[in-house]
Amino acid sequence: MSEAPTAYEHPLMKGYREQLSCGFPQVAEVFEDCMAEALSVLSREGIDAYLEYARFLCKMGRGVEPVLIFLEEWPTIATTLGESALPAISDFIRKMWKSPNGRAIVPFLQSLAATSRRLHSQEQMQDYMNLALAFMERTTGSIHGIHTTFASPGLPEFFTHSPYLLNQVSIAGLKNWVEYGIRNYGDHPERQQDYFSLQSADSRAMLQKERHGTLLVDNERKLDLYLRSLWQTDAHFVPYSLKFDELRKPIPYYDQLGIRLPDVYDDLILPSPPQGEGESDRLPAGEIVISGLDRYRAVLAHIVGHRRWTTAIFADNYSPFQRMAIEFFEDARVEALAMREYPGLRRLFIKLHPKPVEDACDPESTSCLRHRLAMLSRALLDPRHGYCDAQLLDFTQRFHDLMAQGESSTEAIASLALSYVAKTRRQSDQFAKVHFDNTEVDYRDDNRHLWRFHEQSDDEEMFDDHRKIELEEEELQGLPPRHYPEWDYNSQTYRPDWASVYEALHPKGNPAHIDQLLIKHAALAKRLKRMLDLLKPQDKVRIRYQEEGSELDLDVALRSLIDFKSGATPDPRINMSHKTSGRDIAVMLLLDLSESLNEKASGSDQTILELSQEAVSLLAWAVDKLGDPFAIGGFHSNTRHDVRYLHIKGYSEHWDDEVKGRLAAMEAAYSTRMGAAMRHAAHYLQAQKADKKLMLILTDGEPSDVDTKDERLLIEDARQAVKELDQKGIYTYCINLDPKADEYVADIFGKQYTVIDNIQRLPERLPQLFIALTK
Amino acid sequence: MTDKDQYKIRKEPFYQAQGKEVALYEAAYVARLPVMIKGPTGCGKSRFVEYMAWRLGKPLITVACNEDMTASDLVGRYILEANGTRWLDGPLTTAARIGAICYLDEIVEARQDTTVVIHPLTDHRRTLPLDKKGELIEAHADFQLVISYNPGYQSLLKDLKQSTKQRFTAFEFDYPDAQLEIGIVAKETGTDEALAGKLVKIGRTARNLKGHGLDEGISTRLLVYAATLIKGGVEPRDACRMALVRPITDDADIRDTLDHAIDATFA
Ligand SMILES: Nc1ncnc2c1ncn2[C@@H]1O[C@H](COP(=O)(O)OP(=O)(O)O)[C@@H](O)[C@H]1O
Ligand SMILES: [Mg+2]
Repeated sequence: MSEAPTAYEHPLMKGYREQLSCGFPQVAEVFEDCMAEALSVLSREGIDAYLEYARFLCKMGRGVEPVLIFLEEWPTIATTLGESALPAISDFIRKMWKSPNGRAIVPFLQSLAATSRRLHSQEQMQDYMNLALAFMERTTGSIHGIHTTFASPGLPEFFTHSPYLLNQVSIAGLKNWVEYGIRNYGDHPERQQDYFSLQSADSRAMLQKERHGTLLVDNERKLDLYLRSLWQTDAHFVPYSLKFDELRKPIPYYDQLGIRLPDVYDDLILPSPPQGEGESDRLPAGEIVISGLDRYRAVLAHIVGHRRWTTAIFADNYSPFQRMAIEFFEDARVEALAMREYPGLRRLFIKLHPKPVEDACDPESTSCLRHRLAMLSRALLDPRHGYCDAQLLDFTQRFHDLMAQGESSTEAIASLALSYVAKTRRQSDQFAKVHFDNTEVDYRDDNRHLWRFHEQSDDEEMFDDHRKIELEEEELQGLPPRHYPEWDYNSQTYRPDWASVYEALHPKGNPAHIDQLLIKHAALAKRLKRMLDLLKPQDKVRIRYQEEGSELDLDVALRSLIDFKSGATPDPRINMSHKTSGRDIAVMLLLDLSESLNEKASGSDQTILELSQEAVSLLAWAVDKLGDPFAIGGFHSNTRHDVRYLHIKGYSEHWDDEVKGRLAAMEAAYSTRMGAAMRHAAHYLQAQKADKKLMLILTDGEPSDVDTKDERLLIEDARQAVKELDQKGIYTYCINLDPKADEYVADIFGKQYTVIDNIQRLPERLPQLFIALTK
Repeated sequence: MTDKDQYKIRKEPFYQAQGKEVALYEAAYVARLPVMIKGPTGCGKSRFVEYMAWRLGKPLITVACNEDMTASDLVGRYILEANGTRWLDGPLTTAARIGAICYLDEIVEARQDTTVVIHPLTDHRRTLPLDKKGELIEAHADFQLVISYNPGYQSLLKDLKQSTKQRFTAFEFDYPDAQLEIGIVAKETGTDEALAGKLVKIGRTARNLKGHGLDEGISTRLLVYAATLIKGGVEPRDACRMALVRPITDDADIRDTLDHAIDATFA
């Protein structure tokens, strides 16, 4: 466009231009277009307010951008929110302007059209601005207490990403996410920026947590149960993320390593019941909800269908069009077979399958094959499809005829697909412009399993197999970390995926060392043995004073009879019975292996570590005698990024040289991040089938770690872990060797602890404690 | 004397045989061999015994065992009365006296010391000593002992002693195959086979979860309950939730999965 007022200008427009009175040439360039749009959507007063505010933005000294964006965007925003939204917005901008945060105005304005589309109402917009305002106040100039000198580092990033954020979470979720960022990174400018620009891992994790929708990780068990119960099969699930690339959504698929599924599915809310819907739904008219979980189930049902009924065919002889058609037909075939098993699946598939409008694609200008196939696919699924196309009807019939004969096969359905392509072929199918709208069936996998290729030689396959083995070995050596949340007592919330726990086999030493320790304690072992024998099942306990019992309790009965004869009311509880004490306990012993164990125990020339080793050996020996399922793990940590869990004995392992060897090599180092270790150990204990589950924690001090300044934090987290375990039916019990433990141990374990001040007696006390606990 | 007839089964119970069990049981009865029936809950063990008692025309005395049960509950005990004590026969003693089939249902629920009292009745002696009373009963010629138990969910502590097991001939029951089970549900309740087929299908989905959070799947008995409710006019899905899912689990994930199986099964 050329420079402005050369030629004639309408007097009205001239008036507006004067009203705006803004000298930037860039403004002059777009002014007329903006006004044209504004005039078509704004009222008279609206136009005045528009120009007046633009004028303010022009003069406020932040360059041309604010006014330019405003002029261009406001008409759209006003149509979404209503023009009366302006005062509140200008008020908000003014606040930023008066603070050191002028730089955030542009990103705010830039994202405003998109955010208002998301938020949709003035009230929500107000919530959003209040949130941003609080954010600004709390992060501006808060560094080292210097007053309002520094701009908020995170605010511009926040605005830039807000349309995306609001796409993911509700305002409430956004608020939590922001809160978390401010709390943890309020005084770290760089980290704050990383967080609010979604660069840092916990920022994403936190966002993920706030997302509406169904997370795969939360539902793996349900899906596993689904496969087992309905399809008698199982699978490994591998999540992939949809969250941070909005353009190209990955599609589910499966291969030897498992079924790949999106990490999250939102509930799907369809505006109105699609036509052709079978029976009336129970939901209020106008809304159909398919839960994220059901979407996962639909994907799995489809994939199971392929796994059962699809045999791969050679792809080389077919054109891409033919392949596409074969895929649509084969998808429909396996679904038809799955629906034979479970007719109710049809309802689910129909809801999720697109319903393309019959004449939505213009074959003169566009390649319509995809559109035709999607309609056909719909028709194969939905008896009330309502399409009229003769060929579509013909092939639908042929499909059903074929299926009526049995299961058909991939081969047979492929030839039906080929004749479909031949019959319906159009010149325009070759066009580059493809009609894509409403043709994607997103619960179906990408069908990579359907195709075989001649050119792949045996060598290649062998190479692949080889690589796989290598990979597995690698994984065994260094398992990927498991992430656990940590409790932040300040905010009473969890920090998601905060601690990374690496599990490894404890290195092995000489098992004979442990045998020697046991010999040293032979006398103690003998005493323990007697106690253990008492614990063994089948010992009978006599219960007296029973109204109903196995035997008459003569003493009591006589007394009763005398009472009776002498006219008093006799005690009817004249029987006694016996009870056998059953025993069904699984035990986990969790050992603190932090640095402090290397210290000498007071009044002894042995270290705490050595004494623990003796005690644990005795306990392990004792539990082995009893036959209770028993595991031992050790832990230490070096910041939350490196919590180590050392596997010493698993439930399936016996008390043998392998295990003794590991115990013999016990070493102490680093710190004590107890909560994470407990959560990890609980993971194994929980999987045990036992009436009672007991986790013993042997430690010599309070939870702590080098990256945590606040002492309370890890104590409170451990306390929270105890609560979580309790909910899982795990009874925790702490054996504490720290004489000063009383200051904190009750906070964590309530009444479930013992402090052993005379550490020298640990070897004796530990097994005794165990016996007492499980009597 | 005790009235035998009160223990007779008058009307033929419906029993769908799964194999040769009827003939085999008859052979065991002819020889008066004790019989043990193993199998999961609600698979037709009790019904089978009832049917056999009817078929053989013998009285049937059933005892549902439980962990509070003691030997005296089986054999009998002295009870206090206004002028002293009086002996009261327990069901096992009654059966031995009158020549009934005595059926100890879910025997492992009873404590091990309890089960020992049946030993002398199960070998050639066929006697029952009433120690407390100082009497030795010779079992009636028609007397037979039948026990049942469910090997599935018991813990190791609850298994039968080898010395007890070795005294019985045994049948191993399981839930019938789909076709038979459909027949049972349909016949037992008068529902059509299509509906019975759906119920059986749901039952089988749950049985697949045995060992994955369910100790036992949905029993034939529960399928019969569901069909009965539907017959009585309850909406099928509601009936299934109520009769098939809620009773067997408190595990939310499993409940959810089975609810989904119900939805998937009804078109
Ligand atoms: N083979 C069968 N024939 C007829 N009914 C059966 C059969 N199996 C199971 N049933 C039905 O299941 C119900 C439960 O069976 P029951 O014999 O009480 O189980 P169990 O004794 O094995 O726990 C019966 O009341 C009956 O309705
Ligand atoms: Mg029964």
